[in-house]
Amino acid sequence: MVLKLDKKIERLTLLLRLDGELDMNTASLVRQAIDVEIEKRGIRSVILNLQDVRFVDSSGLGVIIGRYKKLLPLGGNIKITNVPPHIYKIMELSGLPKIINFYADEAHAYEEGRGA
Amino acid sequence: MKTNQLNLTFSSIAENVSIARLLIASVGAQLDLPLNDLEELKVAVSEAVSNAIIHGYQNNPGHIVYLDLNITGDRLKIVVKDEGCGITDIDQAMQPAFSTDPERMGLGFVFMQSFMDELQVDSKLEVGTTVTMIKHLKQTPIVSH
Repeated sequence: MVLKLDKKIERLTLLLRLDGELDMNTASLVRQAIDVEIEKRGIRSVILNLQDVRFVDSSGLGVIIGRYKKLLPLGGNIKITNVPPHIYKIMELSGLPKIINFYADEAHAYEEGRGA
Repeated sequence: MKTNQLNLTFSSIAENVSIARLLIASVGAQLDLPLNDLEELKVAVSEAVSNAIIHGYQNNPGHIVYLDLNITGDRLKIVVKDEGCGITDIDQAMQPAFSTDPERMGLGFVFMQSFMDELQVDSKLEVGTTVTMIKHLKQTPIVSH
């Protein structure tokens, strides 16, 4: 498989670490991994760690936007962490950082929204 | 003058998109392109090939996608062709945020346009779509003594 997923669930937050390429072939893996937790466990917050993502195109961005659109009416959110610079450039061109919050690392993503 | 030509024909299945990217990345590396250009070429090819599979062939795996690479001097030409359903309205399809699928962002053509120097789309209903992309390769500066 060209994309490996590592899932961790803490309370109602799903942490998903991706390793590999995010394109039309692998987007469905990410979609299923997140949607199953939203539907079965009532997950409302998703943290996507993209540190080991080596490629992303519009299909990959589409699956992230799709999860954002699904979580929004449920009062949930999606956060992105550890984005490599060349992946960030593609995301920036798409306007994704205007609607989804980016964090340097997982700790910062967990911290925000925890309610200080 | 440097010339080279490569042709890859493959089944219209999602797994092959990464193979198409591998080919352009290898060719780009051979041309000594900067890493940033390689990444952009990979995205452009990925978008064109994904469009052929998703839209041209409606995700039907029993078809063939054609990827032709042609290098002539400082010009890299990439042609992605399908013999699928064709595009009804090319201008509309190339608009940012136009997508027939809510899961997709309609960014495919935006990326192709941003990352390539020239982009041409020819399409005929029930005949197919040909996407031609051109990248002007920067000349390696000649150091004179």
